[in-house]
Amino acid sequence: MTELATYNFAYLDEQTKRMIRRAILKAIAIPGYQVPFASREMPMPYGWGTGGVQVTASIIGPEDVLKVIDQGADDTTNAVSIRAFFQKVANVAVTTHTKDATIIQTRHRIPEQQLEKGQVLVYQVPIPEPLRFLEPRETETRKMHALEEYGLMHVKLYEDIARHGRISTTYAYPVKVAGRYVMDPSPTPKFDNPKMHMSEALQLFGAGREKRIYAVPPYTDVVSLDFEDYPFEIQKFEQPCALCGAQGVYLDEVVLDDKGGRMFVCSDTDHCEDRREHGHVGEMLAPAKEAAE
Amino acid sequence: MYVAVKGGEAAINNAHRLLADRRRGDRSLPSVTIEQIVEQLGLAVDRVMAEASLYDRTLAALAVRQSRGDLIEAIFLLRAYRTTLPRFGTSVAVDTAGMKVERRVSATYKDLPGGQLLGPTFDYTHRLLDPSLLSDEPIEEPARKSASGEHVMRVSDILAHEGLIEADGEFPYDHEAGDLTREPLEFPMGRDLRLQALARGDEGFLLALGYSTQRGYGRNHPFVGEVRIGEVEVELEVAELGFAVSLGRIRVTECQMVNQFKGSSKAPPQFTRGYGLVFGQSERKAMSMSLVDRALRAEELGEDVTAPAQDEEFVISHSDNVQATGFVEHLKLPHYVDFQAELALVRKMRADIDKTRRDGNHNPDQEAAE
Repeated sequence: MTELATYNFAYLDEQTKRMIRRAILKAIAIPGYQVPFASREMPMPYGWGTGGVQVTASIIGPEDVLKVIDQGADDTTNAVSIRAFFQKVANVAVTTHTKDATIIQTRHRIPEQQLEKGQVLVYQVPIPEPLRFLEPRETETRKMHALEEYGLMHVKLYEDIARHGRISTTYAYPVKVAGRYVMDPSPTPKFDNPKMHMSEALQLFGAGREKRIYAVPPYTDVVSLDFEDYPFEIQKFEQPCALCGAQGVYLDEVVLDDKGGRMFVCSDTDHCEDRREHGHVGEMLAPAKEAAE
Repeated sequence: MYVAVKGGEAAINNAHRLLADRRRGDRSLPSVTIEQIVEQLGLAVDRVMAEASLYDRTLAALAVRQSRGDLIEAIFLLRAYRTTLPRFGTSVAVDTAGMKVERRVSATYKDLPGGQLLGPTFDYTHRLLDPSLLSDEPIEEPARKSASGEHVMRVSDILAHEGLIEADGEFPYDHEAGDLTREPLEFPMGRDLRLQALARGDEGFLLALGYSTQRGYGRNHPFVGEVRIGEVEVELEVAELGFAVSLGRIRVTECQMVNQFKGSSKAPPQFTRGYGLVFGQSERKAMSMSLVDRALRAEELGEDVTAPAQDEEFVISHSDNVQATGFVEHLKLPHYVDFQAELALVRKMRADIDKTRRDGNHNPDQEAAE
């Protein structure tokens, strides 16, 4: 039987890591610009975070502490799977606590707790091109970026307003980075867009299938596109988290029964648990606590 | 009381355990061996090698077994292994004219040097289920003849004598063949990279695209100049030695499609070619590939680009089944954060409409219509 390979630290070989690090450095030097890189075939499917995994694998060291979230939660299956992958191939420490992590790989959310200097947020990106659904051809969209030709995007947002009375983009809401490139923030809800602006943390974006890496360096302007008379606004929830009572956070809707019963809970599970540990109680937990006493 | 769902890890472990059980199936039956898969499901093994771009029958068979016969999954397994292998060089271009042919047919000539050789083909079998295969009956030895040693010249060389067909085409002396697994794709691509992408492209996707050209979406008047299957020598130039050494032989399928071409502002009337080369035995793939290769040369030959099969960015961006299956199937990952955002938006928009209606028929659409 053929001898199968033994794998390098963090799976990728050092040459590949160097290639990816060069792409990352270029991305940091040109905030918001999509740098083509020779994405590798990873042992997990395309579309499941191969870009983010390659970025994380290229920057992670034995001293790092890794947190992986999907939909804001540490225990969603794909987050569990990616975390287990790095435990296996890099044997690094992992955590669910946002503040303890040096690298946070995420899909679809930015943690509620403000990120700090020295932390790196790695986004998994399905379609890196913000103009893709307006113009399917890569040859065209690259030209549009080069010429800073973003009129089409504003027309799209304007048409939303004309048709629906508001901008109907709720996630992957386009932003302008450092006053130059229009960038896709990955499919995070627009609720998270303001957290990208002047963030103390380094934000790296990896799109494996589409072979692109881009970045927002710390302390960079990230502005959500809008109009003077229709300013950008984020989602607001009418009730606080049912478990921890948090307000001004992003909530998931959980269906309780088939009679329309539902509750809203924090999408960021670590944030929610941390609040509950500090004695915050939401309305669903309050009666249980009383009964126990 | 709602309890936040925990235990993704246990769920995954249990799922893998169940998968292993289902893969093995009934334990009272012997497990299928790698050798059996290599020998008896050879064409499945060939497809996996071709689309994974890795010529190793044993590993391909292992992948087929591990994937329970799901060939795209097997291709994925083998690709993920291939990507970890070091590259130590580029072989000398394989000489298919020197192939030890097992099958060679031409649709453009009745007879030709080297002859027509049917080989192990399904072509003239009647597709009747064979009850004798329900059991393991002895199989006759194949008829053999000793190799004639006759040079099996390529059909393109026959036409080339008259200058009726375009030449093989040449790259500049210092051209290094691209490697799409090592460089990011950029459009437009060179033909070397395009053929690489097609060679690992999904058989079904290329089949459908090739078929579409025959039905008029980018028609290119093809004739099978020839299809040949057999073993070719792979050689590597070793710098210290100064000559090429043989690494071994591989089985490939080559298709040269000969296409009528009336000429354009860029090229005189002559026969043009579409090319297909695939690991193992797969005529369907090699023929589809050559149809699509020719279709993708539309711009180079000054033809109008009107059909999907002629559109390089469309074809090459979507031909890779490992990419395609990953992205299609990622839709089953949780998307509830984004869905929540959409839910809120739709609710808000409906509330607005209800309010407008209640406030007394202030329907702007209706006003405009009146």
